[in-house]
Amino acid sequence: MTPALEMEAVRKVYESGGEEVVALDRADLVVGSDEIVALVGPSGSGKTTLCSIAGGILAPTSGRVVVGGRDISGFSARELTEFRREMVGFVFQTVNLVPFLTARENLLVVDELGPRTGRAARQRADTLLEELGLGDRADNLPGQLSGGQKQRVAIGRALMNDPVLVLFDEPTSALDTELGEQVVGLIRQEMKARGTAAIIVTHDERITHHADRTVHITDGRVEA
Amino acid sequence: MRIALRELRRRPGRFVVATAIITLIAILLMFLGGLLDGLTKGNTGAFRAQRAEAIVFSATAQDSLVRSRIDAATRRRVEGAPGVTAVGGLGSLQIGGRVPGHGPRDLVPVVLFGYELAPRGLPARPPERGEAYADEVLRSEGVREGTVIRVGPQRTPIRVVGFVSDTEYAGQATHWGSLETWRAAQDANRPGSRVGPGVTQAFVVRGGDPKAIDRATGGATSTLTIDEAIGKLPGVSQQQSVFNQIIGVTVVIAIVVVALFFALITVERVALYGVLKAIGASSGTLFAGVVLQAVVVTLVAGAAGAAAALALDAAIPPGGIPFTTSAGRLLASVAFLLVAAVVGCTFSLRRVLRVDPATAIGGAQ
Repeated sequence: MTPALEMEAVRKVYESGGEEVVALDRADLVVGSDEIVALVGPSGSGKTTLCSIAGGILAPTSGRVVVGGRDISGFSARELTEFRREMVGFVFQTVNLVPFLTARENLLVVDELGPRTGRAARQRADTLLEELGLGDRADNLPGQLSGGQKQRVAIGRALMNDPVLVLFDEPTSALDTELGEQVVGLIRQEMKARGTAAIIVTHDERITHHADRTVHITDGRVEA
Repeated sequence: MRIALRELRRRPGRFVVATAIITLIAILLMFLGGLLDGLTKGNTGAFRAQRAEAIVFSATAQDSLVRSRIDAATRRRVEGAPGVTAVGGLGSLQIGGRVPGHGPRDLVPVVLFGYELAPRGLPARPPERGEAYADEVLRSEGVREGTVIRVGPQRTPIRVVGFVSDTEYAGQATHWGSLETWRAAQDANRPGSRVGPGVTQAFVVRGGDPKAIDRATGGATSTLTIDEAIGKLPGVSQQQSVFNQIIGVTVVIAIVVVALFFALITVERVALYGVLKAIGASSGTLFAGVVLQAVVVTLVAGAAGAAAALALDAAIPPGGIPFTTSAGRLLASVAFLLVAAVVGCTFSLRRVLRVDPATAIGGAQ
């Protein structure tokens, strides 16, 4: 099976105040096709940078990044946009649903950003919402949903394009312990049910037991 | 694009202020355009009504009907010019008219035209001496068919035998009679500028080429196309220039309003745009959404402005404010506003392009 993610000697350097800041230093990481990896590290360790590079949001300074068999290291901004639309899913720390769209429409946004599939997309959105336990909430706006329900809608949105890799950025940071536990359990259940790989960025060691593997990152260096 | 439309539908309150301001601008734009058209209409009707290609003035008249005098000999040369198929004399007299029922000093300004080649809406044969067709706007002064209007200090009687529309001249209502009726009124009331038999102020000409006509008269005439003659009417081009400049400034204001409003909205949406970019939206898609919203807001404002302009037009009595609406003017105003909306949105383009999808994922570390 083709790994969902292969990163080889990936380095990301920023310019700050005329000095070079190394955010990621020769990082190597392989994530299997249905593997769930918890990426744990303190604030500023480079985990968000790694996640952004894996998801095609940032381009690496050097190194090789292959997602679902596609080498995205040299992709242009336009190619990265298309790649993000088709190959990966994101669940953001602050959920970030579109506030004036219903739960169903938030899922359909993914379809509307690319070549539209219309009815097929609507069916997929309804199926995903049903599977996520939100079948009766499809027509609710985010403001009418609880924190956990919003998180589930965000998971549904991340799965709309049938991605090879889903990136979760601190998915429990805005939730209490019990709800956080439930959400991560749900993430595991949904990823495993679909055979989809995931990286869960977190600084909360308590949820890592839901992952198949935990990878630590410190000062931009990945420690297996 | 659908997201943009849904935002308009679900959050109309966000766009109320912009729609209201653009509606006011649309009303101003259409009002200015309506005034310009009304003034132009009221100044040029007599020339626009001519069913001819050109008007011939005497060479020394500086293309002014009042100053122009052309005699019978010149007429024969004009008739002999290549391509000319018909020539008709035209005379005008701007004068005060006394309408029955009005006070003795309550004069109605009118222009009495004498014609040979019938303008639009008039019979080919001019009415009998002492009779004339009156412009419709005189109805508001109480003029009816059969009314006798006495013009000038000599109270020359002109009996109204019918009405004609859209023939105003220099902002005044017109009467249309024979050249004899015009000469009689001119000679009686302007003894210092009597016109002899066979003399008219100008000719209207069908067929022929203006330059060829002037060559045929040996330079004794200045021949203008109808459009050129309209442009030479006193004040017309100046009015158009001033109003068009005000309309231009109004469009610039519309650009600024749209630019400021959508720049503000774009700033508010930076986080949302970051998320949408992260999940695969291109800058082009996001900018198209901004433009679409601006276009919809402008169309709504344009429709409201057009409705207000039409209501105003219906409310103004004939002969009141020189204001007129036309589909062309309303559509042109909406088109100007749409261009302003699109141009205004371009000020947000840079900000949309600069939105970094990395902001959605906690920012680069």
